[in-house]
Amino acid sequence: MSPLAPRDMDELFASPSPWLLGEGPHAEMVLSTRIRLARNLDDVPFTHRAREEQLMGVLASVSAAAQGSKSFADGLLLRMNEVAPLDRQVLVERHLVSHELGDGARPRGILIAPDARLSLMINEEDHLRLQALTPGFQLAEAWALADGADDELDPALEFAFNDEIGYLTSCPTNAGTGLRASVLIHLPALVLLEEIQRVLKSIMQVGLNVRGLYGEHSEVMGNLFQISNQTTLGRSERDSIESLERVTRQIIETEERARERMMRDARVQIEDKVWRAYGTLRYCRSIHAREVINLCSAVRLGVAMDVPALCPLRVLNELLVLTQPAHLQRMHGSELAPADRNIVRAGFVRERLAAAERESGVNP
Amino acid sequence: MLCQICGKNPATVHFTEIHDNHMSEIHVCERCAEEKGMHASAQQHKFEIADLLAGMVDSMTQTDEERVGHVQCPRCGMLYSSFKETGRLGCAECYAAFQFQLRPLLRRIHGDTRHRGKTPTRGSAGAARTRQIQRLHDDLRRAVEREDFEKAATIRDEIRTLEAELQAERAGAEGRS
Repeated sequence: MSPLAPRDMDELFASPSPWLLGEGPHAEMVLSTRIRLARNLDDVPFTHRAREEQLMGVLASVSAAAQGSKSFADGLLLRMNEVAPLDRQVLVERHLVSHELGDGARPRGILIAPDARLSLMINEEDHLRLQALTPGFQLAEAWALADGADDELDPALEFAFNDEIGYLTSCPTNAGTGLRASVLIHLPALVLLEEIQRVLKSIMQVGLNVRGLYGEHSEVMGNLFQISNQTTLGRSERDSIESLERVTRQIIETEERARERMMRDARVQIEDKVWRAYGTLRYCRSIHAREVINLCSAVRLGVAMDVPALCPLRVLNELLVLTQPAHLQRMHGSELAPADRNIVRAGFVRERLAAAERESGVNP
Repeated sequence: MLCQICGKNPATVHFTEIHDNHMSEIHVCERCAEEKGMHASAQQHKFEIADLLAGMVDSMTQTDEERVGHVQCPRCGMLYSSFKETGRLGCAECYAAFQFQLRPLLRRIHGDTRHRGKTPTRGSAGAARTRQIQRLHDDLRRAVEREDFEKAATIRDEIRTLEAELQAERAGAEGRS
């Protein structure tokens, strides 16, 4: 039986994002893999230049075409101007919607497929942003999902395309394939051993882009990095994806070697760091979202290094998203001042870890 | 705070200058910053494209720049100068309208200007075939790298067949026109 899409925002909120499940190859290191395809309708100006009624037309025609396709039939369409501001932020925190779409001011929407790994942003920077978001390191699977959905949409919509430049996008950095393939990867050992700068530099030298997931400018939180292809012209989708795949495999190996070295030379110090992080999360009374991200990074390293009796990856992934401000406030049922948020967040983290301990029957 | 140069406009561009181990702060308005050739690094974060363009425009003379800036997309009315400011094009037709300005820009961004990816079904059959040939060339290169010469020979034959078909199609199209 094929899965059912959530019927509304409440059901969506109650069902966890597939990328949080902690499944898939290399899930201990690669949190998620994403494929995004940018497309535009040929006869309508790009989103930022289009008039309100043109965008309403795009929203209507694209969502109708998509709901008539196999992948998106019975999907959940959320019109951003009808979604409450807090819920829009929830969608951003789940990586379903970009900040740009999250502002809700213009006729924009998101269509979530019954297979929740697949979604379609409408009237973002480009008219269509098709996204496949899978748990773990699964570039081929994510590409197959996005490519298949794109093939289904293609006959029903006239995409802006020319033979020389390929798919035409609002920003010329996306023109060609319109593809952005990325992996979200956790590299604590390379950061601890201060080898990360060298690794990041070599990633950029091979034409890939890398940035910290959370935090602004050069600050990186939680040792989480997003690596993606930089260019979209002159290479096929398959070539771009293969090169990201190859480089990511090398980075995984480098991080694994660094972890082995660390555990060999400083096992007690690492285990101490892991358990102190767990202890803080388990017993804190007020905690900032940033601290949760950083502590979860240490615990995640412990889980990956088989430190016994820690919580499952799924719980750590959930904490990353559910302790973000919008999720926290929605769970709490009302808006909260930042100081109160920290208190509610601490309570939630403690309870979630206590529940995981009860489930596993292990008391660390 | 007012601009330290003209003293009239509000200072919106802020620099920290380090000279002979002495650090000083400078606050100026955008116009004076522009005139003095100061490029705010903060603004550079904002628009990568605008930067790339600014770099290109630097090599043009003033009149070149004005002329290019006035190029307009016939479909959506977008001016090239406004693309330069925002880094966003107005519509699909802009790619044709600004093609002479965009080509070097695309090359700088991507290192290439030719699409080698998938094609919509509505794209011309010839274009689809051309790209299929390109894909096969990629496969051929990979097969040779793997030293899988049997596979390479099969791919080479496939390429030859497709190229022959493409040529026949082109000859046919020219004959009709």
